[in-house]
Amino acid sequence: MSAQLAERGGMTVQLAGLGAVLRRELRGYFSSPLGYIFVVIFLVMSGFLMVSRDFGRFLELREANLDPLFTYLPWVLVVLVPAVSMRLWAEERKSGTVELLLTLPVTLEGTYLGKYLAGWTFLGLSILLTWPAVFQVARLGDPDWGAILCSYLAALLTAGAYLAVGMLFSALSKNQIVAFILGGAASVLFLLVGLPQSQQAIGRWLGPYAEELLGSLSLVDHFESMTRGLIEARTLGFFVLFTGAWLVGGMLVLRHTKTS
Amino acid sequence: MTELPPSEVPPSELPSSGNQVLVAVSDLTKHYGPIRAVDSITFEVRRGDVLAFLGPNGAGKTTAMKMITGFLEPDAGRVEVCGGMMTPAAIGLRRRIGYLPENAPAYGEMTVEAFLDFIADVRELPQPKKAVTAVIERTGLAEVRHQSIETLSKGYKRRVGLAQALIHDPEVLILDEPTDGLDPNQKKMIQDLIANLSSDRSIILSTHILDEAERVCNRAMILSRGKILVDSTPAELVTRAPDHNVVRIGFVDRPPDGVVGRLNDTRWCESAAMLEDGRLEIRPRDGQNCLAEVLELLGPCAISDVDVHQGRLDDLFREVTQGVAA
Repeated sequence: MSAQLAERGGMTVQLAGLGAVLRRELRGYFSSPLGYIFVVIFLVMSGFLMVSRDFGRFLELREANLDPLFTYLPWVLVVLVPAVSMRLWAEERKSGTVELLLTLPVTLEGTYLGKYLAGWTFLGLSILLTWPAVFQVARLGDPDWGAILCSYLAALLTAGAYLAVGMLFSALSKNQIVAFILGGAASVLFLLVGLPQSQQAIGRWLGPYAEELLGSLSLVDHFESMTRGLIEARTLGFFVLFTGAWLVGGMLVLRHTKTS
Repeated sequence: MTELPPSEVPPSELPSSGNQVLVAVSDLTKHYGPIRAVDSITFEVRRGDVLAFLGPNGAGKTTAMKMITGFLEPDAGRVEVCGGMMTPAAIGLRRRIGYLPENAPAYGEMTVEAFLDFIADVRELPQPKKAVTAVIERTGLAEVRHQSIETLSKGYKRRVGLAQALIHDPEVLILDEPTDGLDPNQKKMIQDLIANLSSDRSIILSTHILDEAERVCNRAMILSRGKILVDSTPAELVTRAPDHNVVRIGFVDRPPDGVVGRLNDTRWCESAAMLEDGRLEIRPRDGQNCLAEVLELLGPCAISDVDVHQGRLDDLFREVTQGVAA
């Protein structure tokens, strides 16, 4: 696929290679046991947190909503998405295939986005495999379908945001474990700034403006506002800008690290 | 109509390459920190040329190749391929280059055929299946086409690397140590393949194996510390080797009396001396073949063996590169 993304200061950003890389990566997820292992772990973890008496208490509450699933989903994703993102560039750089790939008729932007979209599609499919929970709540009563749809969209956007964060660290380090730890730590940071305790502490140390600013960067706040069935422009804008900034940052990092 | 910069010109609209220069490198320079990996090198490669980059490790061969393929951006200088300037955005030019990076990296988990399908997909070949089948035949990969690359022997892996570089029948082929680490049979197979490819394209390959340069290439460059020290044909380079046309003669009994002195008095003899094994060694002046003159000077005597040494690229390589390193 050879597409033009945008005009940037008179220069055209080309996405050559996006389609081919996307197809190769997607096949890779489903042709290796690792992809299936990931899906199983994701479903077991999210299912456990959903029904556990200490967390979601879905079986005890017997309410026709998916709050027990989506409340803990950002925490499941924060652990598992870096496991997907860690190999995306670290492996290419360690094995030397980055040199092969980037000397083919492709652009760095095209290959970067191809890998991102493949990872995001894989994560999206994993999230959609929680569909039995939707059947269950439909049996329990009359759920708010709008809220459920918004929750899935929020989960998808959150997974995409974490993936963009993790990919930058995968471009930064050849070591997949280092990429996993750094990607996970950075994602956790953006979760933690949304906790009330964190916001209060930040407010005490740095003042109310900093509290408000950091609060606006909280993934949890934006995620929760969507799971309530609200799709606000500022929430969508946050996810687009947040993910876009990490993707652009990752491309800049890769431009410098690809030859090292 | 606005004129496109050379790097943006579609390959079909680039100047036809007739017999002319397909790769032009001028003042190419690259630093790694304080080290000058490539130091202002300039050369051209024409269609039909098979150019060997010779040089010790760290000579700048791989760095130069990475800049020619557009993977690395030079600090100074320029690279033109098929008339267009190589830049990171020169997608059209990359379609005309086949590149085998050092160690032939490939996606190990993929089968040979799936990997080549991917390369054909990225290259947007008009008939991908046909191209994959043809290159599998050409590189002798038919029997392992359904095997995952990570399970292949080193020789097959190298062939897979060559196959991906050849799949689009490129005009310019850049091969970084294509036979490194292979056994003699595997080396010969790859060398034969390269030799058969050479007539209608430009090939640049790097190697440590000087015999390979003699066997496959019609041009050789010796690089050291990022500079081109020698640029010539392998045949001509051999004539510059320190032992070229040195004559060694063995005698059935003993050499004629006073022959060493008489040889040293001639104008065509650089030096003559008796070796420990009893043979006479004559080094000609200016590397000229002086066998006829030697035999005439010796006159009738019982000679057991005569050896005119052709010289070895290895010796020249050592002499030239150690001179720089010293």
